[in-house]
Amino acid sequence: MNIMLFLRHLFFLCQKELISTFSDKRMRIQLIMPVLLQGFLFGYAANYNLEDIPYAVVDASHSSASRSFLASVEGSPAFSCAAAGERVTDVTPALYNSDVLLIIVIPGDFDSQLAKGTAAIELITDGRNPMIAGMTARYVTAIASTWSLQRTGGKLPVTVESRTWFNPNQLSRWTFLPSFLAMIAFVQVMFLAGLSIARERERGTFDQLLVTPLSPTEILICKATPPVLVGLMQSMMLFLIVRFWFGVPFAGSFVTLFTSILIFLVSTTGLGLSISSISRNMQQVLVYLLVLMIPMVLLSGLVTPVDNMPQALQLVTWADPMRFIVDAVRRIYLEGAGFAEIGLDFIPMLAVAAVTMPAAGWLFRHKAA
Amino acid sequence: MTEARQGHGGNRQAENAQVPGIVEARGIRKVFVRKHDTTVALERLDLTVPRGEITALVGPDGAGKTTFMRLVCGLMKPTEGRLHVAGLDVAAHPQQVQDALSYMPQRFGLYEDLTVLENLELYARLHGVPEDVRQQRFDHLLAMTELAAFTGRLAGRLSGGMKQKLGLACTLVRSPKLLLLDEPTVGVDPLSRRELWVILEQMVREEHLSVLVSTAYMEEAARCRSVFVLNHGRILAHGTPADLCGLAAGCCYGVVPPAGMAMRTLQDRLLREPAVLDAVPAAGRVRFTTRGRPEELSALRELQLAAQPLVPRLEDGFMMLLKDDEARQSVTAPAAGAAAMTKAPQALQAPDRAAGTPAAAGAPVEIEVRDLVKMFGDFTAVAHTSFDVRRGEVFGLLGPNGAGKTTTFRMLCGLLPATSGKLRVAGVDLRTARTQARANIGYVAQKFSLYGGLSVYENLRFFGGAYGLYGHRLRQRIAAVMEEFQLKEQADVRADRLPGGYKQRLSMAAALIHEPKILFLDEPTSGIDPLARRAFWQQITQLSAQGTTIIITTHFMEEAEYCDRFMIQDHGKLLVLGSPAEIRARLGRQGAGMDDIFVAIVEQARGGTADA
Repeated sequence: MNIMLFLRHLFFLCQKELISTFSDKRMRIQLIMPVLLQGFLFGYAANYNLEDIPYAVVDASHSSASRSFLASVEGSPAFSCAAAGERVTDVTPALYNSDVLLIIVIPGDFDSQLAKGTAAIELITDGRNPMIAGMTARYVTAIASTWSLQRTGGKLPVTVESRTWFNPNQLSRWTFLPSFLAMIAFVQVMFLAGLSIARERERGTFDQLLVTPLSPTEILICKATPPVLVGLMQSMMLFLIVRFWFGVPFAGSFVTLFTSILIFLVSTTGLGLSISSISRNMQQVLVYLLVLMIPMVLLSGLVTPVDNMPQALQLVTWADPMRFIVDAVRRIYLEGAGFAEIGLDFIPMLAVAAVTMPAAGWLFRHKAA
Repeated sequence: MTEARQGHGGNRQAENAQVPGIVEARGIRKVFVRKHDTTVALERLDLTVPRGEITALVGPDGAGKTTFMRLVCGLMKPTEGRLHVAGLDVAAHPQQVQDALSYMPQRFGLYEDLTVLENLELYARLHGVPEDVRQQRFDHLLAMTELAAFTGRLAGRLSGGMKQKLGLACTLVRSPKLLLLDEPTVGVDPLSRRELWVILEQMVREEHLSVLVSTAYMEEAARCRSVFVLNHGRILAHGTPADLCGLAAGCCYGVVPPAGMAMRTLQDRLLREPAVLDAVPAAGRVRFTTRGRPEELSALRELQLAAQPLVPRLEDGFMMLLKDDEARQSVTAPAAGAAAMTKAPQALQAPDRAAGTPAAAGAPVEIEVRDLVKMFGDFTAVAHTSFDVRRGEVFGLLGPNGAGKTTTFRMLCGLLPATSGKLRVAGVDLRTARTQARANIGYVAQKFSLYGGLSVYENLRFFGGAYGLYGHRLRQRIAAVMEEFQLKEQADVRADRLPGGYKQRLSMAAALIHEPKILFLDEPTSGIDPLARRAFWQQITQLSAQGTTIIITTHFMEEAEYCDRFMIQDHGKLLVLGSPAEIRARLGRQGAGMDDIFVAIVEQARGGTADA
């Protein structure tokens, strides 16, 4: 192949793609607004930390010990007592109506048992939201152990002092926002790439393109350019918001971060273009995208750890570039990981790109019906 | 009801004080206001559609035919004026008016996934046709449309002509007071078109139906009782078909080109004469109209040809009205739209070739097709087709919608793989050849398919670049095609904001920017008006004179006359292939129009059972 001709073709194609993507004012707004909107929305809304826990108390013991324990619960800034009763049935309606998130039950023999060595208190939590149930229980457990420690004068043989690295206060915003760097680009890039060929096919311009001497490779490279550029730009915008507005400290290197994101974007663009190639119109693309995108996010480990998934599903996650970028971005951002540490994440993403890009190129010539 | 109408080109109406027409329009004006501009679609229209007969609305695209139909239906409100349908004020009682009429838009809304019968039942239910009369009505309609044998077939699987007949049947599930048909036969084959008109005339006789039909086919308008000619939202003339033919009385002539000269070449020379109003190849000779004496035309003098006077057709009168109107318009306003399209291209570059032969038989074969087959599932779109096209030929693929022309065409361009058969374009199969081989061809798709978001200049720059042009050469070619297709003033206009005629010119300019050896044109003339079509064919004549091979598809049968050779396909089968003269001779029908030829061929193919 004549390299000069190849480069000239790329030049004219990319020029065309960029003009048609960015010349429309509405389009430009569409590319910027969602990042701002979602960035701030997730920054403020995505918060797992519980700051106000209403609870109910059933104190059957009425002892000084029980009062002391309850005082230390009430003393914690996150807890506020919203109901009290003599029997559990007195306060169950409050739990049913979600007026309280948990019931603390102190049995009648609390004091006597305590004198013998160990006593139990009972916690009733709201299983309709297991995540919150687990968290409130953990909080109370923590308070209980502190309280016991004070009572016995610190004579427990083993104490646990945990320290959470990279996110010392375990703020969920810190884990969530950096992962979101990749996800925000993911949605827009899938749509841009997914619609690009289908839109041209619907308007008839794709035939016009196929009868020119432009090769599928050239068309493909230039079709991938605007989505990748848009994705990089959006990640960059969100990065600035996360770093400077929400003040999440950035431990890693800028180059490592954006190289990883670039690789991720190329693999997603390949996926989007493949979908675009097999679709007859834009409507079909939208259906495919919706079917594909939600599982990709679920399997990515963004919401739930991959290790908790069944073995078979864990295998599937290897084909999900989202899984590796979520891992890579978190590690680069919070831990400051370099290429050496996250290099392995690149391999599955590059593999997806290496399959989807040529597939898209082959499909749009052969599927052309 | 049948009193003689006056109307020798004037705006006068047939006044009938006793019986008001089914449609009475007085001073109708319709203005569309969009963001950037206002368009006057109808300008003070006075029009009466009489009861119990068929009235035609003819005129070029953008004349206001569809706008008027939609006003009559109450789908839009006029900006000014009064409009009564069946005695009801449309603006005040749109629902009652809609209950009284049936409207069949250009593309009738058939449910393609329902069967013929289910479609009929659905429309009967929608119109509240009582159960007891339904069956009888269906039987009658199915018998008339000859669809009785296909009641179980999905509407999507019907041919274009059958779909249109089913559309008409669905429109007629009840007997409306007024039937509105908006170009009901566009893209339908001539045989089905005739059948459709027979049905229509029968319904008018049986049920005393009042019909208003807009049409682009003059021979259809000639079957109507009265005709309104519209242009730029105004009525140019109104009268019986005979009245309108009379406008061109004594002005029509026919001339047979000398041996070896293509009809389009002679037509092109005639159109260049200022005294000639219209010239078109028809029925084996060039038909032209002039108000002067034919002996005085230099083209005929030079070629020593004698013209015979001909009986005028409705089309001659129509073209005369349009030409005169355009001439008036261009005096008041600078040429725009259709008027600009009619500006003749520069003189032919190669006069020897132009005066000479239509692609000599000895010219090298540019396109070779052998035993080409295309199947979609078990549906045969193209069946065992073979033909050759020689360098410099204008080769036509003709046939109604769905005949297989576009499929054949797309296989030639390499856009669609053939199921079997051999295919060579400029020596290679474009589907498998190196990409550079595609630089030999230019392609103009059926609908506008350049980049709407790019300006005229950016589109041309992109396609030039795609064909390997750059730098000085690219700028030179862009300037040349913009000059040739008069696009200079629109250079920075976004392509999707261009008016229709300009879009078509831009498509041509982009297809020709790299000076291809072969030009593929898919239905380039559908949806453009008769004046613009004449100008378009002049452009083709010029290109072919310069040695470009041209493959063109069209559903206008009469455009076969422009081709050196053409083939007619129907249901994927090649019915006939040859030059217009050869085919006429083979059928023994000298002087027949192309629609008649098509009907004759189809009937011959079906075993010669039907009448002539």
